[in-house]
Amino acid sequence: MAQALTQTPLGSHGLADADAGDAARSVTTTLAVEGMHCGGCMRKVELALAAIPGVVSARANLSARRVIAVHRASGVNSVDLVDALQRAGFRAAELAEANADPAKAVDQVLLKRVGVAGFAAANIMLLSVSVWSGAAGDMSPSVQALFHWLSALIALPVVGYAGQPFFHSAAQALRAGRLNMDVPISLGVTLATAMSLYQTTRGSQQVYFDAAVTLLFFLLVGRFLDQHMRTRAAGAAANLLGLRGSMASVIQPDGTTLRLAAPALKPGMRVLTVAGERFAVDGRVVEGNGEVDASLITGETMPVSVGPGTPIYAGTVNLSGSLVTEATATDQNTLLAEIGRLMAAAEQARGRYVRLADQAARFYAPAVHVLGLVTFVGWLATGHGWEAALTAAIAVLIITCPCALALAVPAVQVAATSRLFAKGVLVKAPDGLERLAEIDTVVFDKTGTLTLGEPSLAADQHVSNDVLARAASFAAASRHPYARAVVRAAERAGLAVQPAANVREVAGFGLERIGPDGPERLGSATWCGAEPVRAEAAAVCYRAGQNRPVVLAFEDRLRPDAVAVVASLRQAGFQIELLSGDRTAVVEAAAAQAGIDRWMAGAAPAAKIARLDKLKADGRKVLMVGDGLNDAPALAAAHASLSPASAADISQTAADAIVQGSRLAPVLETLGVARAARRMALQNFAIAIGYNVVFVPLAMAGLVTPLLAAVAMSASSIAVTTNAIRLRSMRLELAS
Amino acid sequence: MTALAWLIPCALLLGLLGLAAFLWSLGSGQFEDLEGAAWRALRDDEQDHS
Repeated sequence: MAQALTQTPLGSHGLADADAGDAARSVTTTLAVEGMHCGGCMRKVELALAAIPGVVSARANLSARRVIAVHRASGVNSVDLVDALQRAGFRAAELAEANADPAKAVDQVLLKRVGVAGFAAANIMLLSVSVWSGAAGDMSPSVQALFHWLSALIALPVVGYAGQPFFHSAAQALRAGRLNMDVPISLGVTLATAMSLYQTTRGSQQVYFDAAVTLLFFLLVGRFLDQHMRTRAAGAAANLLGLRGSMASVIQPDGTTLRLAAPALKPGMRVLTVAGERFAVDGRVVEGNGEVDASLITGETMPVSVGPGTPIYAGTVNLSGSLVTEATATDQNTLLAEIGRLMAAAEQARGRYVRLADQAARFYAPAVHVLGLVTFVGWLATGHGWEAALTAAIAVLIITCPCALALAVPAVQVAATSRLFAKGVLVKAPDGLERLAEIDTVVFDKTGTLTLGEPSLAADQHVSNDVLARAASFAAASRHPYARAVVRAAERAGLAVQPAANVREVAGFGLERIGPDGPERLGSATWCGAEPVRAEAAAVCYRAGQNRPVVLAFEDRLRPDAVAVVASLRQAGFQIELLSGDRTAVVEAAAAQAGIDRWMAGAAPAAKIARLDKLKADGRKVLMVGDGLNDAPALAAAHASLSPASAADISQTAADAIVQGSRLAPVLETLGVARAARRMALQNFAIAIGYNVVFVPLAMAGLVTPLLAAVAMSASSIAVTTNAIRLRSMRLELAS
Repeated sequence: MTALAWLIPCALLLGLLGLAAFLWSLGSGQFEDLEGAAWRALRDDEQDHS
């Protein structure tokens, strides 16, 4: 224990300052590490990095699945660190902007405010309880006054500091002419503090400092947990993107190659991409011919032929041979630029979504103020002085100060988001769950969403196990996606795949070797001397010696649970559609297989948006599930959006939530949890309103004491939080 | 009554001490990885890498 305490925890900046003399030569690198789940892995990661000469220290962060390494600027770079982790069995990637994460800073400031409010709440409560218990006994008025002044001394600066998030947000809303939940909160806290100060100067008993500060404390805890859950989801999403973010081989002017991370690439650099590798940057082909799988960009599963001059998009896969591209900046006429324009338009058209809590505030805030006014006028009319009337009116405002109401939604959000986080769904948008709860139509993209997005051997052809085994032993030598698909098919058929020796890869054609019975080839149909059997299918040919060539055709299979998920969604009353950029025949087949009767093929990004607009005009709330770059505008335009973890970067950024894993079932879970969260939020509103129905009449009658106010507020806050926690373990059935 | 004169400052001082400790630990990054810290406590061969 003592040893653990002596180790200085490394903040991202702390060490550089401590080491001022060496600061210029010591740098901090943050890496995302996949598969680090326990203390043992954490230790392995730290030891693997610490063993590299030049690494000063390495500290893993298990909650963030990251490791922060401090190392000398010269001699060690991030590639060495990634390689060392690779050897230790962990996939890792450098995260460029991790050190200046604005969300984390917001988290920290909120937690500080929680701490300050908690300190103040505890101390003021200590003083208040003394007064309450002393009031019935023998406490002298002067000691009571002293305790009240002490409370004021603690409460005033704390309210000014800890209340800032609410005051800022309320001021913002009022300036924009809107009402949100922070307006009644700010008003309640400010009035309670001001009146208590006034009553303290008069030596009265009506002092509510404890209520004001406890309220702030509870609300800040709710706000912090909500924010923290989302920061965590966003961090996990950034890890996913970082881990996928590719490295590229840059050809230097002197002919040597240098491995660089994608963000370090500049326009004008020449990048070498070998078969099976993903292009890391947009560019134009300068050398080589070949085929490119552009399904992540266009949804089209058929490979595209490229040659010198053809534009290449980051995220597409090089299928054959080595290609040299020159990196280019996005110019105005490319598909990317069009997608950028469509996304900007879609985000503008989506407009501002009014959150549940703010909807409630619209009714609640005016009602509270009318009640306060009625109390004031009522007390004046019944012949009491203005001071007594004001005291009663402010007591009403304090009692109605929406503690439970303001916790009702965040508490549920935290429970729902953490439940989904555990199932691999990262909810990023603050209002994402609320929008997901309103969905009645689900629109799927095909390639990579409903399907796996990788080629596998078509099921409807008859290839003998013997041929398959021989083709697979051949294919094991290559990283080409089709070759890998052949190996996978052989393994699935239960065949032992032994990599063949002396295999030569002929760029742009396929694999070749001289076997015992003549040359063997696996590659394009013409190269093997066969007529392409299917004009519109991805396929390779296998030919041994003078035997008849065998065609192995590929298809993009549905995700294993796609049919079941579509059926459950339909049963739950959702309307389901399929929008794809792929060819009609393929889309029709996939739709029929998945059991979707409304589909549209060959849809360009603009056509997808047009279809979503049509659905919106019909009054439907659409959930878009998509992964491709061409889906990004549709994801931004839909009422809510989901994206698998394999999706293009822009699509993941545009989506409200990201689904990890190869199954579609989390879509069902997400919709189910979102709906349950909405139900629980409404239940919590009912609890909060029930509390008001009981206590507001008491306040209007002038019967509320500070003790009663403190007890009532805490009890209602605890009630809504307890109710929300039930969501974590609830059994959910998705039903309409 | 004189007891209050030093008991109250004592109580407040202890509270402030706790708050200061919290703010310090927050600032030095000890709340950044609660999951990892739980595992570190179980290690018996912790070495100081820095």
